[in-house]
Amino acid sequence: MLSRVAGRVYWLARYIERAENAARLVNTYYFLLLDLPRGTRVGWEVLSVITGGYTLFTEHYQRHDERNTVKFLLADSFNPASLANSIRNARENCRTSREVLPGQAWELINELYLYANAHVVDALPRRGRFAFLTEIIHRCQQLTGFLAGTMSHDHAYEFIRIGRNLERADMTTRVIDIGALSLKDSDEPGSLDVHVWTSMLRTLNAYQMYRKDVQLGVQCADVVGFLLQNVQFPRSVAHCLDQVEECFGNLPHHADTLKPVRETRRRVDRIKAAQLDAGSLHAEVDRLQVGISAVHQKILKTWFG
Amino acid sequence: MPHLFSAMTINWKKYDPGDCYDELISTPGYARAPARSLTAWLRALKNEELQSRKVDAELAIIDKGVTFTVYSEGENIDRAWPFDIIPRVMPIREWRTIEAGLKQRLRALNLFINDLYHEQKIIRDRVIPKSLIAKSKGFRPECVGITPAYKVWAHICGSDLVRDSDGTVYVLEDNLRVPSGVSYMIENREVTKRVLPELFENNTILPVDDYPDRLLEMLQAIAPGRRARPEVVVLTPGIYNSAYFEHAFLARSMSTELVEGADLVVEKDDCVYMKTIQGLERVDVIYRRVDDLFLDPEVFNPDSALGVPGLMRAWRKGNVALANAPGCGVADDKVVYSYVPDIIRYYLDEDPLLPNVPTYRCNNKQEREHVLANLETMVVKPANESGGYGMLVGPQSTALEREEFRRLISSNPRNYIGQPALKLSTAPTLCDHKVEPRHLDLRPFILQGKDVYVTAGGLTRVAMRSGSLVVNSSQGGGSKDTWVVDNETGS
Repeated sequence: MLSRVAGRVYWLARYIERAENAARLVNTYYFLLLDLPRGTRVGWEVLSVITGGYTLFTEHYQRHDERNTVKFLLADSFNPASLANSIRNARENCRTSREVLPGQAWELINELYLYANAHVVDALPRRGRFAFLTEIIHRCQQLTGFLAGTMSHDHAYEFIRIGRNLERADMTTRVIDIGALSLKDSDEPGSLDVHVWTSMLRTLNAYQMYRKDVQLGVQCADVVGFLLQNVQFPRSVAHCLDQVEECFGNLPHHADTLKPVRETRRRVDRIKAAQLDAGSLHAEVDRLQVGISAVHQKILKTWFG
Repeated sequence: MPHLFSAMTINWKKYDPGDCYDELISTPGYARAPARSLTAWLRALKNEELQSRKVDAELAIIDKGVTFTVYSEGENIDRAWPFDIIPRVMPIREWRTIEAGLKQRLRALNLFINDLYHEQKIIRDRVIPKSLIAKSKGFRPECVGITPAYKVWAHICGSDLVRDSDGTVYVLEDNLRVPSGVSYMIENREVTKRVLPELFENNTILPVDDYPDRLLEMLQAIAPGRRARPEVVVLTPGIYNSAYFEHAFLARSMSTELVEGADLVVEKDDCVYMKTIQGLERVDVIYRRVDDLFLDPEVFNPDSALGVPGLMRAWRKGNVALANAPGCGVADDKVVYSYVPDIIRYYLDEDPLLPNVPTYRCNNKQEREHVLANLETMVVKPANESGGYGMLVGPQSTALEREEFRRLISSNPRNYIGQPALKLSTAPTLCDHKVEPRHLDLRPFILQGKDVYVTAGGLTRVAMRSGSLVVNSSQGGGSKDTWVVDNETGS
């Protein structure tokens, strides 16, 4: 398989996952803010911080309000991580790797792109937002399912799985970071915990699975432990990294790639959520993101060079 | 009610191609022999049924994703391939002559190109003037002295054929650089089989889908002869190229990799490798769909990001085969074209089986004066353009356009030829719920490696606007399935 094509399907999967995650994030965060008491200092600012666009945001906007933040995360073409740009990038990567994908994949992505382009403006006012974001999430999931169910699980598919899982692991760490940051900044630690962490679980579609696993209420340490270390939940960092490691094993010349993924995986296991306060949790998450980035760099060097 | 009923089907008596030769209908109401079962079947079809088959064809084209790319407003748009469901039919006996003529032509052209890059005997023998090559845009001094496998330079050729009002088939031009269209020929047949399946039961229609196999066979045959299963790749300029669909189609049908310039690298051993997830893999044959001047930034355009640095070095050392070979475009020049009958006689000692359209060379004073005096009835073409760009169609031109060409020709006579405007043949075409005559041409594809092969028929391109002679898809042309019908044997 050509290195260029491998790189493109990897990015295709990352961008589709990123678009889906952006949609989830905006959706649940909005509902979280509705639940919080007036005057709480938890605000929209957190979202531009954790998606890595804080500086860019402040170059274009003065106020970290809902309108600006939602537009920045979903529609703005100057934000490389906006939902619209993720979908556009997914489409470009698909266009140039069509020969290794099932024919219908292109059609699905093209339709997703056309839909997002035509309707992203509907999501800026609150009224149309939920319907738009839900549709985006469904279409992204449809594509993921379509590829899993119709594509030979060959090298190209391994790169899709790697891209998807690495992006997922990255997103989960960022969602945990939102929790950490929200609580760090809040005036009354403790009282907001339940709302914030429930919302973070919902962002990752993890609430129900969490309740099955953890019979007790929603508490910071349990949620963080679940999202980081539960090997069965498909969006936990541990599960995603295990998947990535398994995919590596199916690819040629993978020896060097195992080291960073195993190191990061061990770091996940060593985290003792119960002993962390918001500040040290943020620092741990930061180190995990550095680890995930090292895995990504190694992939580039090994296969796409 | 009977009159209403008949209005709902095709009435061939009302179909009048005027003084043009029609490929299906000889005189109103009478079909040519090989087209009889087709026209009778169409006549029995109600109008609604015909329309629904048309819609089926359009859907099939969208489903299969048959597109061509148009660049506009800063974005690339994939447009659905335009297709007319009524096939164009040719009798096998006539086709066999054309086929033989095309083979003869390509064999002669390859001997000519090989001679130009070696002794240039044809110039020494004064069959063609030296100045012609010295001023040719397609001649590449870098290729002098190279001998590709079987001395073949143009491995893939698409020649455009047209038929004049008296029924004579002429060669209009030979496309030797990177001819495109063959994927649409195959897809047109696929679509026709889906939407008009009944017709294939009653006619013996020569199949066209063996082309990718024959192409791969030819490409493997020209490999530098090192390995049992040579690695063949298709080199594309990328998704922004108007023929990207075809590049991907051919790579997929041959099960070869579709590569871009950046996927290939020439190593210190002067061999070509492609970058794969396994590491570097040796490449033996490149079917390149990138123009000469972008192939190798070390030798040609230094800014080219489409090419592969060192590729010419690898090719000259015989470590990789390129199809078509660099420099073969020297014969894809409309002034050289005018000498092809002489070229055939010179190298093969045979009479040409297919005539050229009479061609006036503007670098000859007498002929130039003839062209300038008759601009209104002539087609004037630049020597080195393709895609229908930069030409003057006299009968449809304005006085201002003719004045512009008068100036262009006088300032650069070597770059222009003139041909009498032919009355291109027509075929019945479904236009807005009615069947009307539309002008068309035919592009068969010829392969030469160890042997010579011609597609059965080719790509028929049709001008969709009434009276128009421009068949290029980039300028609103459409296409038809082309049937070479063998109803003589066995029936």
